[in-house]
Amino acid sequence: MAYSDSERDGFRLSQLIYDSRYRAITIQAVTLALVVAGIFWLIMNARNNLAALGLTPSLDFLSNPAGYDIAFYLIPYDSQMSHGRAAFVGILNTLLVASLGCVTATIVGVLVGVLRLSNNWVVSRLMAVYVEGFRNVPLVLWILLFFAVLSESTPAPRAFKPDENGVSQASMYLSDSFAFTNRGVYTPAPVWSDGSGWLVAVFILSIIGAIYYRRYARKLLFDTGRLLPMAWPALLILVVPALLAYFVLGRPVTLDYPTLGGFNFKGGLNIPNSLLALWLALTVYTGAFIAEIVRAGVLSVSNGQTEAAFALGLRPNRTMSLVVLPQAMRVIIPPLISQFLNLTKNSSLAIAVSYPDVRATLGGITLNQTGRALECMLLLGLFYLILSLAISLVMNIVNNRMKLRER
Amino acid sequence: MKKTVFFGALTVAGLAAGVASASTLDDVKARGKLNCGVTTGLAGFAAPDANGNWDGFDVAVCRAVAAAIFGDGNAVEFTPTTGETRFTALASGEIDMLARNTTWTFSRDTDLKFDFVGVNYYDGQGFIVPKALGVSSAKELDGATVCIQTGTTTELNLADFFRSNNISYEPVPIQTNAEGQQQYLAGACDAYTTDASGLAATRATFEAPADHVLLPEIISKEPLGPLVRHGDNDWGDLVMWTMNALIAAEEYGVTSANVKELAAAPTNNPEVNRLLGTEGELGAMIGLSKDWAVNAIAVSGNYGEIFEKNIGESTPIGLARGLNAQWTNGGLLYSPPFR
Ligand SMILES: N[C@@H](CCC(=O)N[C@@H](CS)C(=O)NCC(=O)O)C(=O)O
Repeated sequence: MAYSDSERDGFRLSQLIYDSRYRAITIQAVTLALVVAGIFWLIMNARNNLAALGLTPSLDFLSNPAGYDIAFYLIPYDSQMSHGRAAFVGILNTLLVASLGCVTATIVGVLVGVLRLSNNWVVSRLMAVYVEGFRNVPLVLWILLFFAVLSESTPAPRAFKPDENGVSQASMYLSDSFAFTNRGVYTPAPVWSDGSGWLVAVFILSIIGAIYYRRYARKLLFDTGRLLPMAWPALLILVVPALLAYFVLGRPVTLDYPTLGGFNFKGGLNIPNSLLALWLALTVYTGAFIAEIVRAGVLSVSNGQTEAAFALGLRPNRTMSLVVLPQAMRVIIPPLISQFLNLTKNSSLAIAVSYPDVRATLGGITLNQTGRALECMLLLGLFYLILSLAISLVMNIVNNRMKLRER
Repeated sequence: MKKTVFFGALTVAGLAAGVASASTLDDVKARGKLNCGVTTGLAGFAAPDANGNWDGFDVAVCRAVAAAIFGDGNAVEFTPTTGETRFTALASGEIDMLARNTTWTFSRDTDLKFDFVGVNYYDGQGFIVPKALGVSSAKELDGATVCIQTGTTTELNLADFFRSNNISYEPVPIQTNAEGQQQYLAGACDAYTTDASGLAATRATFEAPADHVLLPEIISKEPLGPLVRHGDNDWGDLVMWTMNALIAAEEYGVTSANVKELAAAPTNNPEVNRLLGTEGELGAMIGLSKDWAVNAIAVSGNYGEIFEKNIGESTPIGLARGLNAQWTNGGLLYSPPFR
């Protein structure tokens, strides 16, 4: 009996390999050790080689003056500010184009995805052409194409200047408010003076009011079945108080119009062609992918749902927006997250049209002028990683909200 | 996904390393070819001709070094680099030397860990504008849109110049000279700025060069020269003295036409004899054969010949020697003695 005893409480090393209860753990432990050792080796190797070249990794350069100018910035910046500040300017530019792109790509994607399922043969074929055309051509070509179209089909700012006969080759639109040039679009910019704070406060209150009205109308509908008009009262609540406040406060917000001065337009808001081209290209490219996702989502909702909605007398538009899309959302959102992530990372193609995103400032000029390639690339990777994780997080929260609630 | 990229980058950093290991000269000899970094294309300085053969003022330096080592000016592999990629290419060991209109600056020499071996063109930064713009001085460029090559000293000088003159501008950063030329001609920028030699070379390729003017201001010092990685001094010496040999050859009247003849037997000029290896053992001191300088000079001639053939006054680029004349003619070119 001694034999079976020793088998029960004795543990022999060979069991780690031959006993299927332990083998899996052994394999995992060994793999983990190898991976850790591999990473350790890479880091040490990189460190030793950098040391051999006489370079020690350090982030001190971030506080040195950048020395270069950036064409487009959302926060004050000049060449005497630090590399860190320049990186931040780039980060904001990346966030700007990525968020603009995500919003418009979603709108385009949903519209096209739904229209592609339209019963109208021409419409659905057109949408199919759009989807296949845009998603099958590399993004960078679209960016360059849009940029070329924007800058080659528009006049130089000089063309707006009247010649000796008083005629100019190009003119502005909407009573001298908008100018489309080969460098960018110039639009009027709002100037916020005293009292504009109140105006903003009134507007925010109106938004809250509109939301409450919607809630009330919904409750009334569910409780009594009475359907209040939705669109125009909400619009009134939004617009009227703000408009009243605007005049009562003595027009605190005025518009600054772009005017031709010297080589370029001065004043107003300047949207560079590089931003427009990048934004447009990201929108139509990612929009094509999102359209397919939306189409798949809509098709995943069983036809019985639509038929049931029709049987209840819902019109096709309402069936789509109240019955089909909410259910399709559960299928749409997870792949939509990866499209948002793609769009954000693809925005680093900005370099093709000299839009100063973070890849161009931190990962381009700063990297080059300081020679800190490893540091800059690691920081850049870290930034995109954090941004991507943040987008995933937000979208996962949305996704959880959209889940089927089981009653 | 991002994680893989991260580890990928780390792997590259980790592996792409053993480079700066042994002696560069041994590596080059073992390879049988010199890897030389040049521009992506700048007429007169470095550009491939119709048959894909690289030619130009900077290219000649590469060929001279290759000839000094192998006796063959064609034993070179040219790597086109942009203002942005050139330093990574050199630091990573992808190229053995860089001859690409590169300005010798303090931080490039020290912080970036390179060694400039000398100056083959004394230059300064200038501006080009269309004549139609009616501008006669760079100080009138307030509010203008200016194209610049990114990753260059040009970019930094420009910021300094406009700031110290209290005027503003909008930068359009571009990657290569070709792109800058295209943007400038398309009117996407009012002015293009880079080294004055580069502007002359660029203007020479315009359809109507006369419609464009160089502004009188030269806003910086741009001593352009070849460079190598810091740390391998023997290699740096070799490149430096090859260039000096070209400069000294002009001073002593050694040309591609007469170099073979002068090297056949000792002449009555001991400096020429030492240079051409008919006297002394200078070649051995840098690990090369006796006739290293003869070979270097034989490829495209001495400094003066290289200058005249590629960028001189008889070419469309039409640069005068100016600062780049021999010291004996009032210029700055001065090779230390061969002894
Ligand atoms: N000397 C400056 C500028 C060098 C530079 O970029 N030069 C231009 C024009 S002179 C060039 O060589 N361009 C060729 C190319 O685009 O590859 C520096 O070293 O930073």
